[in-house]
Amino acid sequence: MTALVVILSFTAVLALVLILGNLIVKGASSIDWAFFTKSPVPAGQSGGGVANAIVGTAIIVGVAALIGVPIGVGAGMYLAEYGSGRLGFLVRFIADVLNGTPSIVVGIVGWTFIVKPTGHFSALAGSVALAILMIPMLARTTEEMVRLVPNSLREAALALGYPRWRTSLKVVARTAMGGIVTGCLVGIARIAGETAPLLFTALGNLNFTVNVNQPMQTLSLQIYVYATGPFDEWHRIAWASALVLMGLVLIISLAARWVTRQRYGSIR
Amino acid sequence: MVASANTRLRLETAHLTALFGQHRAVRDVSLLFPANTVTAIIGPSGCGKSTLLRCLNRMHELTAGATVDGEVLLDTVNIYAPDVNPVGMVFQRPTPFPTMSIYDNVAAGLKVNGRKPRPELDDAVSHALQQAALWEEVKDRLHTSALDLSGGQQQRLCIARAVAPQPEILLLDEPTASLDPAGTQRIEELCHALKRLYTIVIVTHNMQQAARVSDYTAFMYLGSLIEVGRTDELFTKPKVEQTEAYITGRFG
Repeated sequence: MTALVVILSFTAVLALVLILGNLIVKGASSIDWAFFTKSPVPAGQSGGGVANAIVGTAIIVGVAALIGVPIGVGAGMYLAEYGSGRLGFLVRFIADVLNGTPSIVVGIVGWTFIVKPTGHFSALAGSVALAILMIPMLARTTEEMVRLVPNSLREAALALGYPRWRTSLKVVARTAMGGIVTGCLVGIARIAGETAPLLFTALGNLNFTVNVNQPMQTLSLQIYVYATGPFDEWHRIAWASALVLMGLVLIISLAARWVTRQRYGSIR
Repeated sequence: MVASANTRLRLETAHLTALFGQHRAVRDVSLLFPANTVTAIIGPSGCGKSTLLRCLNRMHELTAGATVDGEVLLDTVNIYAPDVNPVGMVFQRPTPFPTMSIYDNVAAGLKVNGRKPRPELDDAVSHALQQAALWEEVKDRLHTSALDLSGGQQQRLCIARAVAPQPEILLLDEPTASLDPAGTQRIEELCHALKRLYTIVIVTHNMQQAARVSDYTAFMYLGSLIEVGRTDELFTKPKVEQTEAYITGRFG
């Protein structure tokens, strides 16, 4: 039995090792300083980089987090602290359904409600689509983390005369903060690699831009376009972009681990 | 009823009934807690003694589906009327706020009604810690985590936190349930010392503890108040048969 479990866990780890190894073999050689600082060059020429996609990813994911984190964490707080009634049940159910919605459907929603009315693709529409993906994830993880705070702490604050909402903020949220931050980082790591919701919203852009009202490139879109393109040079860049994206997600995940470690270091 | 003409009345319940939905956890309890005394509430598990205690600072009604009928009078004012909290409470397990330092834990109750100047806070915190007999042990590390303290120290920290806003009444819900004998002894000594300043109500499973710390003892069974009297009298000459059965260990 033990042997079986060990083999299965090695298989799980093997997948990550294979992916990372493959990316490093095929992508690492293409990564140099210019890769991070230059925009793509026209097809057929060599050189250039994916600076526009790296900055685009940061902007689109950053704006998505600005929209999604307050709403998601707020909803999670509500579910954990006040969500025992019918409305809480409804919100929880909707969050679960939204969590299971295919991300391409969310992309179509972004297209219908933002791209079509405004008449153009934009990074902002992409951010909204990613935020919609993020909110139910954050709501559920925040709820779990807040529920882990012992009820005795809540009662101790209430017994001191704290009103209910200040108890939630000053004692409960602060105690669960490590877990909530971890949840946010995991959520950000998840949406950083999303491609489908951006196809109809942010669209992609071969030029460098920081204007959120314009189409914008992300690493995931770059990989999608370049990997399916006809040029060897493009394939090379796609592999390297995948490696960079993977590294980015890995860094965010490590940050999440670090925050959790701090948390369990202080609570014993 | 405790009828003692020479003691000023402080806290009193009048026909107090506490419900969880339809279940009556406390039934029509009328009880008087004289000022500057320790009153112990004893009784078997589930008899409603903790619920009664939680009615005294309006904690009971915070539970979903919980309601209260009757009155809790503090100096003849119904505490179910005004929105004030003259009552401090300490729980079965120490509940220091894990994200706060020792200092901030004690100051937490003082900050409820807005900010206070730093020197005033400093004085109040050290005063409260002295009252809880914890000052000497923590005065050099006030700004370290409250979780670094031992269980007994944490419970005294919670007492300091409860008395810092200078309440009238101090409620202790089995405060020594999770402590070792040495920690228990220190809390019991505190009860003796603090009754000069506060009216104390303590719920306890431990009859020896009730006998050691309290001036008056109330015995509850199935939500009802069975008997109340001076502690020495109740434990030596109980008037009700059920009380005698409980304190001699025949049930509960």
